Amino acid sequence: MPPATDLGWWGVVIAVLGGAARVSTPYLFVSLGETLTEKSGRVNLGLEGTLVMGAMSAYAVAYLSGSPWLGVLVAGAAGAAFGLLHGGVSTLPRVNDIAVGIALFLLGTGLAFYLGKPFIEPVAPRLPHVALGAWSASPQIRAALEVNALFVVGAVLAPLLLWGLGHTRWGLVVRTAGDNADAAKALGYSVGAVRTLSTMAGGFLAGVGGSFLSLYYPGTWNEGLSSGQGLMAIALVIFARWNPIHCFWVSLLFGGATALGPALQSVGIASNYYLYGAAPYVLTLILLIASSSPRHALAGAPSELTISK
Amino acid sequence: MLARSGAETAAISAAALLGALVLFGAFVALRGLSPLEVYAALFLGAFGTWFSIEQTLTQAAPLMLTGLCTALPARAGLLVIGGEGALVVGGVATVLVGATLAGWPPPLAVALMCMTGALAGGLWIGAAGALRHWRGVNETICTLLLNYIAIAVMNHLVTGPIRDFAQVLKPASWSIGERLMIGELPGTSVHWGLAFGVVACLLTWGLMRHTTFGFAVDILGGNVRAAQMAGLPIGAMVLATCFVGGAAAGLAGTIEIVAVHGFASSSLVVGYGYAGILVAFLARQNPLAVVFVAILLGGISASGGLLQRRFGLPDAATLVLRGLLFVAVLAGNTLYGRFKIFRPPAA
Repeated sequence: MPPATDLGWWGVVIAVLGGAARVSTPYLFVSLGETLTEKSGRVNLGLEGTLVMGAMSAYAVAYLSGSPWLGVLVAGAAGAAFGLLHGGVSTLPRVNDIAVGIALFLLGTGLAFYLGKPFIEPVAPRLPHVALGAWSASPQIRAALEVNALFVVGAVLAPLLLWGLGHTRWGLVVRTAGDNADAAKALGYSVGAVRTLSTMAGGFLAGVGGSFLSLYYPGTWNEGLSSGQGLMAIALVIFARWNPIHCFWVSLLFGGATALGPALQSVGIASNYYLYGAAPYVLTLILLIASSSPRHALAGAPSELTISK
Repeated sequence: MLARSGAETAAISAAALLGALVLFGAFVALRGLSPLEVYAALFLGAFGTWFSIEQTLTQAAPLMLTGLCTALPARAGLLVIGGEGALVVGGVATVLVGATLAGWPPPLAVALMCMTGALAGGLWIGAAGALRHWRGVNETICTLLLNYIAIAVMNHLVTGPIRDFAQVLKPASWSIGERLMIGELPGTSVHWGLAFGVVACLLTWGLMRHTTFGFAVDILGGNVRAAQMAGLPIGAMVLATCFVGGAAAGLAGTIEIVAVHGFASSSLVVGYGYAGILVAFLARQNPLAVVFVAILLGGISASGGLLQRRFGLPDAATLVLRGLLFVAVLAGNTLYGRFKIFRPPAA
């Protein structure tokens, strides 16, 4: 075993992995939420707004109450409320769910900036982390393996969601609503209600993802906190083929890609800073182009989905 | 029949506006403010004085052009929300060309810069249209990603390759020079961009309303299968509407440079593109209606300062009002065809 102070390339790898776990959490929560929503046959493009709203409300509540976990809960509730709004409006006849998503993207960010103005200055308590590296004597390993508690929750949630969608009654109802609305109706379920509930649950998760941004990493609230993570997570669901486990791996990939930029900067490669900043968007676009097809519906796509038609 | 459907559109849009104002009123009432006083200030700040009308029209100019960026592709059935990025790309391209035109006669140089901005914006959104048609890439997500990419590229350029180090306040590009700036409309403080916006809306309205091309695009937007059956060149039409829409937003970027800033910086990214989406939806994708809706929304933006000064409302208050208006407009779509008085009389 190499000495603790000299991990060599392993140190870089561990730093990127730790960074990936850190940065990927919002991607993970938003993509899991969107997967659930899209499985029911709706697209909620407004999760970017939900993410910002979640970040703001979590920060405000954590600051006012002193409890970061209460902040997480309220962020989820705010996300669910936005999901209810999206689901309710989209259930009306002749209303396009994608357009509603754009409207809620704008409303969510506007509302968060409006309500969050007084909370830019104060400092809120942060979420705790789990020291997965406690066994090691190496400070680098210990620092890299300080994993946020929410990441652990998300990592457990991904297989749980896969199992729930595949093996429970509720999962079957959601999938039926997403694959064949008429069949769901024939079974006696209200398609609108199932989709609205799925959108609410998806919004809850996206709100929790937002709380991570303000309460752990970067751990502050300001108006430039999220720069399209919510949007990239939605594109990521298409690449992950609506599979929660794939969402987990792809989120890690994105987290790693985003963590590589700051890592390069820390070893002195600081030029073209903004160009590296564009990398995640370009990567998303390339993946989106690669996973699209002009001829047939995408494998694994819920057939009622407007986005894949 | 046309008058009836027009009346229906006007009535439902007015109802949506009213609904959004009521919600916004309830919202400010939660802060302990009187909704009526806020409405009054909103009106005063938007249309109450000659000064505020000038402010409103100045705000409306880019909104007309970015509104077209969503409205035109929507006529062909595409939901493009890349106006913000196309505006930025158009603005940056304008600076790149404009900075080399220092010795040119101003009218020629301005015309060249306008063409450059429009071309850049057109290619930017046209690329999204091409990806949509030939690769099946979702145009909504694609154009939204392109917004972030455009902003990142601009930030890269103005902090490095084309940075003007004489500008100390914030990173900014080279300037095109005072000589090439276009001024105000005679007798006002409203810049010439307003004329560009109105003319662009009128031209595209004519294109959509009075040409075979416009008719064919509406068939495509109404029913893709019908367009296929009729043998319409769908790919060309998708590309054309995306290009023209993107060109409009790119021109908005040019105007921000040649009429307002003179250089590219983060001042280009103030949400004109996102507000343009709302303009298009509120105008129900009709280029002529875009002119009036842009003035209405320009008024909301222009009154933000007054709301801030008089009531201490954060400047994001106008964003909230816009968001509520957007949701109300979409919810209002469900009302079409529900009212008997708007139906054509039975034959």
